[in-house]
Amino acid sequence: MTALLEVEDLAYTYPDGTEALRGATFSVAEGERVALLGPNGAGKTTLLLALIGIIQASRGVVRVGGVTLEPETYPEVRRRIGIVFQDPDDQLFMPTVWRDVAFGPANLGLDGEEVETRTKEALAAVDMEQQADRAPHHLSGGEARRAAIATVLSMRPDVLVLDEPTSNLDPVGRRELADLLSTLDTTQIVVTHDLPFALRLCPRSIVLNGGRVAADGPTAELLSDTDLMAANRLELPYGFDPGTIAGR
Amino acid sequence: MSGVHAHALHYHGHSPVHRLAPEVKIVAMFAFVAAVIATPTRAVWAFGFLAAVLAVAVGLAEIPMGFFLKRLSIEIPFVIFALAMPFVGQGPYVEVGSLSLSVPGLWGSWNVLAKATLSVGASIVLSATTEVADILSGFDRLRAPRLLTAIAGFMVRYLEVVVSELGRVRTAIAARLGDLSRRREAATLAAVSGTMFIRAYERGERIHQAMLARGYQGVMPAAAAPELPVRWSGMVAWAASAWVVAAAAILTT
Repeated sequence: MTALLEVEDLAYTYPDGTEALRGATFSVAEGERVALLGPNGAGKTTLLLALIGIIQASRGVVRVGGVTLEPETYPEVRRRIGIVFQDPDDQLFMPTVWRDVAFGPANLGLDGEEVETRTKEALAAVDMEQQADRAPHHLSGGEARRAAIATVLSMRPDVLVLDEPTSNLDPVGRRELADLLSTLDTTQIVVTHDLPFALRLCPRSIVLNGGRVAADGPTAELLSDTDLMAANRLELPYGFDPGTIAGR
Repeated sequence: MSGVHAHALHYHGHSPVHRLAPEVKIVAMFAFVAAVIATPTRAVWAFGFLAAVLAVAVGLAEIPMGFFLKRLSIEIPFVIFALAMPFVGQGPYVEVGSLSLSVPGLWGSWNVLAKATLSVGASIVLSATTEVADILSGFDRLRAPRLLTAIAGFMVRYLEVVVSELGRVRTAIAARLGDLSRRREAATLAAVSGTMFIRAYERGERIHQAMLARGYQGVMPAAAAPELPVRWSGMVAWAASAWVVAAAAILTT
């Protein structure tokens, strides 16, 4: 398998001196679905922002599909890596769902017809065609999440990155989201605290802690390693035993 | 209010006016308001005709009278101002019962009342038949500066988000302080307004990051909303009739 996304020795220190990333290194192959796990403050969100140059890493390299991240390649890298942010209220900023999904492709400078094709295709992929003309603040939590995913799918990214996609979703919404994500062929990185969700969806997991990769391997194995879990402040829900559940 | 039809000013319907392209309605509304403003105050008959022109639009838009009058209440502050004018204006005066009213004040009052009512009425027809998003894309297609329509769009989009955040803060305050008198609540809310500002500011930053992540480079892309058929002729005729009335009033006074 060739690596689609390569992250090498990525480091970042916030202006207040907090070292959020201290040399994170990993790679993701095409078609993989990888969970990125870690406690609060592990540097997960910082890593996402650094992947597309919204914050500039002080050290290290990001490469996606052979394109190296640098100021000249920001537009290209941001097309290839699509990030769905945690709060759909931040992600959905246009007056209607349709216009929001069309925002990305329009920024790519595509012509009107192509923008329309992609918008329709993305809305269909998340089953939101009926809600195209609605205002984002009138969507349910699950609908808003799906609309947020569509806004990124319309850019046809190589890698889909989701930040805490299950936050504020009820169990049914969570299950429906897992079903939806498993139907998408795009390479996915799912940042989450929701370990059963990670197990259900992602064969492989990367554990980030203290700004470094603390572990990288099959999700079921990592979740069964109690020492590793405890060392990284990861905890399974009460009564949940990954050994008895068929992961992917 | 159904979830689909978002804003409170909108009256859901399928009238011919609802189906018009928003830019046509925007131009017609501004043309009508301009005609109202241009009409001389003392041509009282002309305002009757202008009201009839407006009534035609309200009728075609199938807006119920109750809805229309309720929305019209937005002009109440102006009405109060207008009603005060005859009492504070200068002479000559006219005796009405035991009151001595200023004649220029009465005309001023009539001027504000008639013009404000007709103009607000026209804007109600626009807002009742057009979704906010469509009004914005209408302005876009009329080549209004895209930055301004984008700012207006953000305002509409985030007003509810900020209001609901404020609601949660109020609940949190009430939960900790028990039932509050209005005055104490106001004082506490004033104190948290700083927090609200920071929250709104941080939200703005996160939105900006989300925009950058989707290729935003400082220019809002053209509105990619599905377009309604543009039919100018009917609207031109409607706005022109208002101008005929205004012109006749100007020539005869």
